[in-house]
Amino acid sequence: MRLELRGITKKFGSLTANDRIDLVVEPGQIHCLLGENGAGKSTLMNVLFGLLQADEGEILIDGEPVRLANSGDAVRRGIGMVHQHFMLVPVFSVAENVVLGFEPTRSLDRLDYARAREDIRSVSREFGLEVDPDVTVESLPIGLQQRVEIIKALGHDAQLLILDEPTAVLTPQEADALMAIMRSLTATGKSILFISHKLKEVRHVSDVITVIRAGRVIGTVPPTASENELAAMMVGREVSLVVDKTAAAPREPVLEVRDLVVRDDRGLAVVDGVSLAVRAGEIVALAGVQGNGQTELVEAITGLRHVESGSVLLGGRDVTNRSPREILDAGLGHIPEDRQRDGAVLSMSVADNLVLNTPRRAPFARHGTRNLRAVRDNAETQVESFDVRTSSVDAPLSSLSGGNQQKVIVARELSRPLEALVASQPTRGLDVGSIEYVHREIVRVRDEGHAVLIVSSELDEVMALGDRVAVMFQGRITGVVDPSTSREDVGLLMTGSTPAESR
Amino acid sequence: MARVRGLWDRYRSASPVTIALLALVLGLVVGAVIIIATTPEILNAWRGAFHSWGAPGHALKVTFDNVGAAYRSIVTGSIVDPPQFWHSVTTGRGWTASLTPLSETLTYAIPLVIASIAVGITFQTGLFNIGANGQAILGGVAGVAVATLVHLPMVLHLPLTLLAGIAGGVVGGAIPGLLKAYTGAHEVIVTLMFNYVASYFMLFCLLSTPLQLPNQTNAISRTMPGGTQLAPLFGTASGLRVNYGIVVALAVTVFAIWLLDRSSIGFEFRVTGANPHAARASGINARRTLVTSFLISGGLAGLAGVTWVAGTTHYIDQNFLQGSAGIGFTAITVSLLGRNRPIGIVWGSLLFAALEVGGSNMQANTGIPYDLATVIQSAIVIFVATPVLVKEIFRLRTLRAESIKVATAGWGS
Ligand SMILES: Nc1ncnc2c1ncn2[C@@H]1O[C@H](COP(=O)(O)OP(=O)(O)OP(=O)(O)O)[C@@H](O)[C@H]1O
Ligand SMILES: [Mg+2]
Repeated sequence: MRLELRGITKKFGSLTANDRIDLVVEPGQIHCLLGENGAGKSTLMNVLFGLLQADEGEILIDGEPVRLANSGDAVRRGIGMVHQHFMLVPVFSVAENVVLGFEPTRSLDRLDYARAREDIRSVSREFGLEVDPDVTVESLPIGLQQRVEIIKALGHDAQLLILDEPTAVLTPQEADALMAIMRSLTATGKSILFISHKLKEVRHVSDVITVIRAGRVIGTVPPTASENELAAMMVGREVSLVVDKTAAAPREPVLEVRDLVVRDDRGLAVVDGVSLAVRAGEIVALAGVQGNGQTELVEAITGLRHVESGSVLLGGRDVTNRSPREILDAGLGHIPEDRQRDGAVLSMSVADNLVLNTPRRAPFARHGTRNLRAVRDNAETQVESFDVRTSSVDAPLSSLSGGNQQKVIVARELSRPLEALVASQPTRGLDVGSIEYVHREIVRVRDEGHAVLIVSSELDEVMALGDRVAVMFQGRITGVVDPSTSREDVGLLMTGSTPAESR
Repeated sequence: MARVRGLWDRYRSASPVTIALLALVLGLVVGAVIIIATTPEILNAWRGAFHSWGAPGHALKVTFDNVGAAYRSIVTGSIVDPPQFWHSVTTGRGWTASLTPLSETLTYAIPLVIASIAVGITFQTGLFNIGANGQAILGGVAGVAVATLVHLPMVLHLPLTLLAGIAGGVVGGAIPGLLKAYTGAHEVIVTLMFNYVASYFMLFCLLSTPLQLPNQTNAISRTMPGGTQLAPLFGTASGLRVNYGIVVALAVTVFAIWLLDRSSIGFEFRVTGANPHAARASGINARRTLVTSFLISGGLAGLAGVTWVAGTTHYIDQNFLQGSAGIGFTAITVSLLGRNRPIGIVWGSLLFAALEVGGSNMQANTGIPYDLATVIQSAIVIFVATPVLVKEIFRLRTLRAESIKVATAGWGS
């Protein structure tokens, strides 16, 4: 299918999210959209998928203008979409999720699961998207949940697949698998519109890259363009893609866990005797394949999960199994892994989200009454200094782009008086410019003499940001190494084997 | 011109207020359809219309006359009857008759505002308080008990009576709150069943020694002494029932605005209601928030109960807040209509009170059953709860995400 967008303009009130955008996707092509947080990528995709109506412009499929009044129209025209935030029903099985909204039925309106299952199997076989149709979605790891989304999107013989930041939540391994799947899809003539902030994979997988800034197309370039060129086109200035920081000057340990044992919801010891000390003035980066206990370790530190045995110390105080409130008040900053679930209230304003965990603290409240002026002033300052793109600080958080939502959370946590900072996937979904900024802020927190623990599944980020790198595998720390250690050796530690040199 | 355009744009962008007003219009349309379908006179006129030339005009006229009379009597019975009012203005007489409709509407709206705000507070916390009626009953019983069994000077006695009402409701709110916080018992079941407990507890009290009117076998309480009553605003001689409960209702509204929009605890309520996961991660104590919300809600519901007795009947019998007088149930719909916000709730209460009071007048004047008012109320709520439907009917532009959430805010378990 050949898709052409002509002069698409979409406004939200006074804000022009898409400004006369022209775009052509040829059959069998992987076309990447690159752009800053809030540049208007998701908006454009929502217009294309019929979820939003453009104010101006037209959409042509195989040269013929079409009107997409809703997503049903788009699906009938052969367009499939996987959203930035998944839209699956967690308690439904894979098969049920895939047929949801387009249920195949037998006589008397009975659901035809046999056919649904068969459809899923055939799609799986054709494109290498292995997944069991009968398991419930919530029991699947993120990478497989995404496959379900893709199968669902392909389900109606889609010829154009929209993937909005599909790799943001994937492990590098899962991302590689996705790239292979994308290739096998385009091999059959399907085209893909792909959004990502990861320049490496963008250059690796795309056939064409279109860069958008502030709602306008800045240019279309081949994937041979260098990362620095792409970054500069996106942000409109030179961006440093490496973290520049001085050597750490670590002092006494501030955040410490000793022999920590934590069980997951099924009762398995997913953190199995972890000891780790993060000292004032250093960044410890926790590496590891997702699902090896990092999430639960962070939850235990932040008071969100019960500690079975062992202890957590913050600034010399034992905070084991204390409430999240006490731990927050003791000076722990926390950037949660799942921002929409744990980090924010989408229906509330940007200003309120910026004081979500300090609503009672001066100057935001006195004697139980909130000082809305102080809340606003604080928001104005944060939005300014973290370059959050929002129409106003009173706008609901849900109206911000994914990356800007993340910036709000980062801003909130970094602007509080801290002893230590725990950040899970702090730059997930951020554009290169914002990553640069967040990294610099994290280094600043370190240089102010605080302890910083970063959890990231991005090996690049771990190696660039950490002063020491701790590797976690199956609930244990398999090694703490210097960031100059070779990637191969860290990779070995991540799979539980011991590299030759440290043996 | 630009101004008109601006207004038109605002109408088309489907603000919550627009939706509520259009829901009212649709509710009245539904009511009209029911009147048409159930009035033999109208039906006969239409049957005749197909037999003789010119009769459709007659049928239309009959339809408009009947529907018009019904709705006119709702308005004249609940707000003001213009000829009567004009008569009072010109002659200076009959003021009681002129002002009674409005007075009755306000009288009924007073406890409704308080009870609906009580329910709205739990909705904002993501909790369902279906037990406001039971809590109001407890408040009424406790208030009457303190008023009739304790002897104090008025300056102390009236406040103490109201406080007793709050305390009764607090007990009623504490039970589901604590049960949910410490055992996980679902508040919908607990509060729903609690209404029966409260009703029968009231009967028990009304038939037992200290509270029952002496030398009576019926379930009826002693009468509250004058010093504990919320006196009529314009004096007993005015014949108008609207009373100082209006001051209580205003105070509760102001308190609720502060609580939900300005207080730290209210902020925590709303965060918990909107996203319990984020609330936990932000250090909000879920148990404390839940229990506090229920205590405040119960206390206000209790206040609604005592305000109703102290302002109108001054005693309670077995019909107190039973059946269609169960303001604690009406409060659930009013709260929804007002989007769980104090100001919205005040408007919603006035509308519902007017329909309630006007409905009785309609029954008396036109013979159309009073229940039609309830049908209209219910239809309005259904339309408010389904803004998408209203939008489709009136071809409004895409709703703001915010207004779509009206129906679901606070419906989490
Ligand atoms: N429903 C809405 N109401 C108001 N503004 C909106 C709405 N949806 C998006 N916006 C605004 O439109 C702009 C573009 O948002 P969009 O989600 O398309 O960005 P994006 O390019 O996908 O960014 P990201 O990389 O962070 O996901 C942002 O400034 C955002 O705040
Ligand atoms: Mg986006």
